[in-house]
Amino acid sequence: MILRNLMMAASATALMATGASAETLRWARAGDSLTLDPHAQNEGPTSALAHQIMETLVMRDHSGALVPSLATEWAPSEENPNIWVFKLREGVTFHDGAEFDSEDVVFSLNRAMTPDSDYKELLASVKEVRAPDKYTVEIETDGPNPIMPNNLTNMFMMDKGWAEANNAVKVQDYEGGEDTFAAKNANGTGPYKLVSREPDVKTVLAANENYWGQGEFPLQVTEVIYTPIQNAATRVAALLSGEVDFIQDVPVQDLERVAGSDGLDVRTAPQNRVIFFGMNMGDADLANDNVDGKNPLSDVRVRQAMSKAINRDAIKQVVMRGQSAPAGMIAPPFVNGWDEGMDSSSSTDIEGAKALMAEAGYPDGFSIQLDCPNDRYVNDEAICQAAVGMLAQIGITVNLDAKPKAQHFPLINNLETDFYMLGWGVPTYDSEYIFNFLTHTKGEKYGSWNGTRYSNPDLDAKIVALASETNLPERDKQIAEIWQVVQDEQLYIPIHHQVLNWGMKSNVGTVVEPEDSPKIKYFTLN
Amino acid sequence: MFAYIVRRMFQSVIVLLVVGLVAFSMFRFVGDPIDNMLGQERTQADIDRLRTELGLDQPFPVQYFKFLKGAVQGDFGVSYRQGRPVSTILIERAPATLELAFVSGFLAITMGIALGVFTAIRRQGVAANVIMTVSLLGVSLPTFLIGILLIYVFSIELGVLPSFGRGETVMIGSWSTGFLTTSGLKALILPAITLGLYQMTLIMRLVRSEMLEVMRADYVRFARARGLSDRVINFRHALKNTLVPVITITGLQLGSIIAFAIITETVFQWPGVGLLFINAIQFVDIPVMAAYLMLISVMFVSINLIVDLLYYAIDPRLRVDARAT
Repeated sequence: MILRNLMMAASATALMATGASAETLRWARAGDSLTLDPHAQNEGPTSALAHQIMETLVMRDHSGALVPSLATEWAPSEENPNIWVFKLREGVTFHDGAEFDSEDVVFSLNRAMTPDSDYKELLASVKEVRAPDKYTVEIETDGPNPIMPNNLTNMFMMDKGWAEANNAVKVQDYEGGEDTFAAKNANGTGPYKLVSREPDVKTVLAANENYWGQGEFPLQVTEVIYTPIQNAATRVAALLSGEVDFIQDVPVQDLERVAGSDGLDVRTAPQNRVIFFGMNMGDADLANDNVDGKNPLSDVRVRQAMSKAINRDAIKQVVMRGQSAPAGMIAPPFVNGWDEGMDSSSSTDIEGAKALMAEAGYPDGFSIQLDCPNDRYVNDEAICQAAVGMLAQIGITVNLDAKPKAQHFPLINNLETDFYMLGWGVPTYDSEYIFNFLTHTKGEKYGSWNGTRYSNPDLDAKIVALASETNLPERDKQIAEIWQVVQDEQLYIPIHHQVLNWGMKSNVGTVVEPEDSPKIKYFTLN
Repeated sequence: MFAYIVRRMFQSVIVLLVVGLVAFSMFRFVGDPIDNMLGQERTQADIDRLRTELGLDQPFPVQYFKFLKGAVQGDFGVSYRQGRPVSTILIERAPATLELAFVSGFLAITMGIALGVFTAIRRQGVAANVIMTVSLLGVSLPTFLIGILLIYVFSIELGVLPSFGRGETVMIGSWSTGFLTTSGLKALILPAITLGLYQMTLIMRLVRSEMLEVMRADYVRFARARGLSDRVINFRHALKNTLVPVITITGLQLGSIIAFAIITETVFQWPGVGLLFINAIQFVDIPVMAAYLMLISVMFVSINLIVDLLYYAIDPRLRVDARAT
């Protein structure tokens, strides 16, 4: 860690020596931030913009590693394993000059735990947040929580005094009918200050001269102009014509065009998002198939056969134009618990699949409906179309029903689909997050995205126990065991890990952040 | 006259209520807003709580009544997507759409009439034939394709005009205008052409055929026989008489320019109400969709009402009929 910081500081000072004039970065992506209220929306573009203005206790750098931000060190308390102690950075000020201290942390975390907050689930285990002194914060949880810091990487800190003075103590809600001050204004500790903002049009940020990280980060960009450009063709055109310097989502069909243009680069990296199919294996009979009285998907051999029928390399080459990494498990490679062997375990084997189908009693296959979104993931509908052809090879006739995401996701949540596509990102970088939402039996608190109807009380108990297992090697062992069950049961059919493509002028220097959340303070310009 | 207006007003209100009812009953097929509003980490309890809070668990007549009650008081609710009052957002966005519609309407009318007259007078000329052929393209190419073509030529290849946005705007009261800055005016050119092209070709073809008709009329021949100059015949006598149907069509097209700005606004990232509506559909932002549809129908209904009243004023026969019945 120390070495890393030193190296960063050294490279930063070297870079700072070269240019100090006003440097503007014009940044575009498909969607705008929905609100500046840091706790109202847990959504990609919203937190990506917030990261420039506000800060968290701990954060992820562009490699995905957990690094200090407003907290300099953190550890579980030696007396009580239920308490995490965070030491805060001293001498940090908000943009309006107010000092940042433990009062603000207590206020912000409590605000993030109110019912209108979108972040309350990540803090669900928190019992109390305390400030024993000005630069120390204690977070007490119900039982030990070994990965508490991982949950805080998007938990932004607000100034208590500012929120109280501007009537922004409450998180913005939809029924109030009032503009929350915090939805349109921001006062953070971050590297950039809000200059102006017109929602869906333009947001202008300027460098914060009093930023604590001066000298530690490149901070070469002194002005940021952020514009959402929804239409993909227009977005690419704006980059090609030089009207913007950096776009976050280059459509796969335009990659060569952008990469082949003078002065433009495409930077690519695996994204923290895996795409897969889920199947209804729990119901006695399916509504959307042609088999009466039983559920073919409840047979693990059928699920394995379906997985073997999918040719992931063909999807990569033909549908994704090379922009994907075939997957064998539903965890992205950055996540704790990811296993190289498991992730490369899926292979195409039509003969083997046919044999499994015959063994399961479906030598002639069956027909079923596949529900698929058409505006959520990269080429989502095309992936489903490819899967239809592949499954036909083992006799499964698939009726594809592709819909906008606003209609697709309710099918999963209301258990109205028997075969569906889903994508999953893991903000905590830990397998527990995947198990909680996708593997645990669906119920009030857990399994809210588990549309498989899979229910295994033993496994549920193991998943719940992960939350308080403080012996990390033991915890990793438990995680591996749960994954083994998920893999053996073929709970899901993994397809691939998505790849991110950032397009930018060649003079813009950055690596691609796996969560698609650029942090401009790391950008260099030369 | 007064009874006629009252009757028409009454009809308009019924039309609005029906539009609202149809729109509201369709929202349930657009999807469920809850997923977009809550993060990935939401639990079933959160979903249920928010659904109750927003009244989405209520039967749809109840939701519709609640909407109407608010709407007649000018309260369209709070946008699910932005968490701000819909009326504030609409007021912010309206100038962009109105300015774009005004410029493209102006372009369509002036260019359409000028080219229409030209092609009618010189209908054998090479230029007129070229214009007629090109205008066919304008009618048959879809708007988004024209927009992308214009971006490709003028933004990427020539690099003279911006590909997206409104440029710099100046606030006059609560009205943001792009007319007062160079970048604002430059940003208007491509979207205005894209939006107005169809209307322009339509007006041009209409003027041309009307003109050809009028040129064959007896009074034009007499005028010619009298030795009047071509200019006087063409513009004073012929054009004036072609304008009656043109005005009718233009009035109705003005409504569609505003309503169909959606596609142009999406292609050029023009921050008007059309783009707002597209975003609202994707997010299932019911309050914004409802308010937008109601506004558009109010607009169409009032334009129609005005056009009807104008007929009444212009055409004496309508008045006579009304008295007779």
